[in-house]
Amino acid sequence: MTVPYTPARPPFWRNEKILAWISQIAVLTAVAGLGYFLWRNMITELRLQRDVSFTFSWLGSVAGFDIGERLIPYDNTSSYARAMAVGILNTLQVSVVGIAIATVLGVFWGLARLSPNYLIQRLATLYIEIFRNIPLLVLLIFWYQGLFLTLPGLNAAVVLPGPVFISVRGMAVPWGEPTASWPAFLVVLGAALILAIAVFVSLQIRQERTGQTAFKTLWGLAAFLAVAVLGGLWLQPLTLSQPYKEGLRIQGGYIFSPEFLSILSALSIYSSAYIAENVRGGIQSVDRGQLEATSSLGLTRLQAMRLVVLPQAMRVIIPPLVSNYLGLIKNSSLAVAIGYPEFFHVAAKTTLNQTGRAVEIFLIVMGVYLLFSLVTSLILNLYNRWVQIVER
Amino acid sequence: MSSTAPSLSLPAARPRWLAWLRGNLFKSVWDALFTALALIFAGIVLWPVLTWAIQEARWEVLSANLNLLLRGRYPAEAAWRVWAVLSLIAVASGLSFATWGRKAATALAVIACLPLALALLPFLSLPARLALLLVSALTGASFFLGRLGPPAYMPQITTSFIVLLLPLGIVLLRGFGAAGGFAVAPTRLWGGLLLSVILAASGIVFSYPLGILLALGRRSKLPVLRLLCILYIEFIRGVPLISLLFMSVTMLQLFLPAGFPQIEGIIRVGVAITLFSAAYGAENLRGGLAAIPKGQYEATWALGLNQFQSMTFVILPQALKTIIPVTVSQFIFLFKDTTLVSLVGLLDLLGIARSVLSNPEWLGTHREIYFFIGAVFWILNYWFSFGSRKLERKLNAGQRNLTH
Repeated sequence: MTVPYTPARPPFWRNEKILAWISQIAVLTAVAGLGYFLWRNMITELRLQRDVSFTFSWLGSVAGFDIGERLIPYDNTSSYARAMAVGILNTLQVSVVGIAIATVLGVFWGLARLSPNYLIQRLATLYIEIFRNIPLLVLLIFWYQGLFLTLPGLNAAVVLPGPVFISVRGMAVPWGEPTASWPAFLVVLGAALILAIAVFVSLQIRQERTGQTAFKTLWGLAAFLAVAVLGGLWLQPLTLSQPYKEGLRIQGGYIFSPEFLSILSALSIYSSAYIAENVRGGIQSVDRGQLEATSSLGLTRLQAMRLVVLPQAMRVIIPPLVSNYLGLIKNSSLAVAIGYPEFFHVAAKTTLNQTGRAVEIFLIVMGVYLLFSLVTSLILNLYNRWVQIVER
Repeated sequence: MSSTAPSLSLPAARPRWLAWLRGNLFKSVWDALFTALALIFAGIVLWPVLTWAIQEARWEVLSANLNLLLRGRYPAEAAWRVWAVLSLIAVASGLSFATWGRKAATALAVIACLPLALALLPFLSLPARLALLLVSALTGASFFLGRLGPPAYMPQITTSFIVLLLPLGIVLLRGFGAAGGFAVAPTRLWGGLLLSVILAASGIVFSYPLGILLALGRRSKLPVLRLLCILYIEFIRGVPLISLLFMSVTMLQLFLPAGFPQIEGIIRVGVAITLFSAAYGAENLRGGLAAIPKGQYEATWALGLNQFQSMTFVILPQALKTIIPVTVSQFIFLFKDTTLVSLVGLLDLLGIARSVLSNPEWLGTHREIYFFIGAVFWILNYWFSFGSRKLERKLNAGQRNLTH
């Protein structure tokens, strides 16, 4: 005779499920309580001290300050919201250009560190070790006050062919001014892109059918360039504007301010040292046997690099690279130290000083930076899904 | 034997340095070209720097303001307490090498050489030189003392010494009582390198418990807890440190009940740095926990340990050990990031630099001062990472491979 085993229900204070619920509710209550406590303190304090309430309506009122560098129209009668938009665009501008330069420099020094040439390898090591161990802020201020602000004045400006004027006021370069046909040219560029993709895809299909190398990237690029150049010659979308000296000012061209140049060079050099280490690590992570296998298959060195080593190295390089990029975007906020009007400077310094609305402004600042990092990690996740190793 | 046997001799060998040059710098035409380009590049960059450093630079700005740069306005009569803290750190590093690096004598020699080398710098006063010599000697002495100690108990002794180091150091620096040798040195007087080191060290140490809780919370099976931890970690990692610093300086008082006393600046930024560093520490620890093989957990269940016991006695000790190198690099990051406190009005190295530069006597000495600050950070960071690399190798040498 067997008695069916019926486990006794544990009493509720030892029931894991109930305990889990209780503990979670307790934590949630504690966090919510803390949040409420802080919020209530803040509201009382705001009423008590400054007689203001929590609102975002001031975003629409006139900012009344000037911003030296802007990508969209702005003057001192524009609203605070527009001032912040100018700041965000400046952050994006310095970040995008900085990311491009940092990547090129980083790949260069990373490859140089793997060079068999002793001198080049030592130089690369020196570069990487120096810039990884010095704080970015020190680098930035050194660049700004020790270099760009000690350049000669405008009357003694260094003139490079172009003409490019380099002085304490920044660097003036020749620049294309958009003409009336600029929007039409953008349409042409779009058409060129579509054509290039069509060429690429059709060649890809042919390559898969015949097994012959079709040079799809090369032809696609050629198609794009041909249409773009022809369209440019036909429409004349840009006129060349050359800088020239007029009294105490520089007219024409485009002037990169010393602040922009400082934050750009500091950001890109600092990040490039980290990117270089990534690149080196990624390439070293590819097994030696892979390279030996390519030579036994008769691939040339270039083919081996392009088809075997790089795709595998990229898988290791890209994720930390994206967090380097994200770090660069966040670090661009240090420009507040030298007065370049990027987002943090405009919002958390100028606007905060004028309005005193600390709580609202920091909510906006945090939100914008979180948005940057969310978008970046979204891109990273998409990429990771794309290159993930297809497991057997 | 007759001496008529033909004597064999090797063909005259090329001098070794020539062979090295050939093999490493001039292997092919391209290689030679690269070497030449690298030499030209180095020349273009280094030549102006060298001529400036030797001919133009006014290095006397450093010797005149050295004390200010190193410890801010910390009272001179209490300066010996800074040296006492440095000596404690020296003892801690000596003990660490004695405990975990049985054959680490060479690494230790290099570590102890830094104060020795600093003692030879030209612009120091005699007491500073003697103190540096003492620090160097203490490192060595504590190393040998540690090796004489009972090997079985050394890890516990050293760990407790290291854990006590920071609170002890802070109490010693701050002092107590109104007068006498230990008179209070208010934190608003702390500055320069001293402030940076204190902020970075307390940022790492105080954020450790919070980081452990966050990392465990993120792996928890309880969804609410997990979500809260993820939100915290991703929020902090998504915003720049400077926004947290600005926030805590302008808003911390706002969130406290009315009538709460004003909080000292160093504590405000310290709180921000600790909260910031906890999120990064949690992510590091998550990596460390992920590296622990599942068999370890299963073994603790088989032994009948409950979750708390299994974490405290088996999993965490292993995970914390594996993340020592990342923790050191996190410390280096944090140490570099402490320069940001100058933007919210604290007088760290950069803040002091600004006040020195506003003195008419030292107008236009930006390059000298910022060069010095960069060099200080570079040397210390390089020294930290060197020490940790050596220690880490020794730590892992005797370890059984866990991922077989």
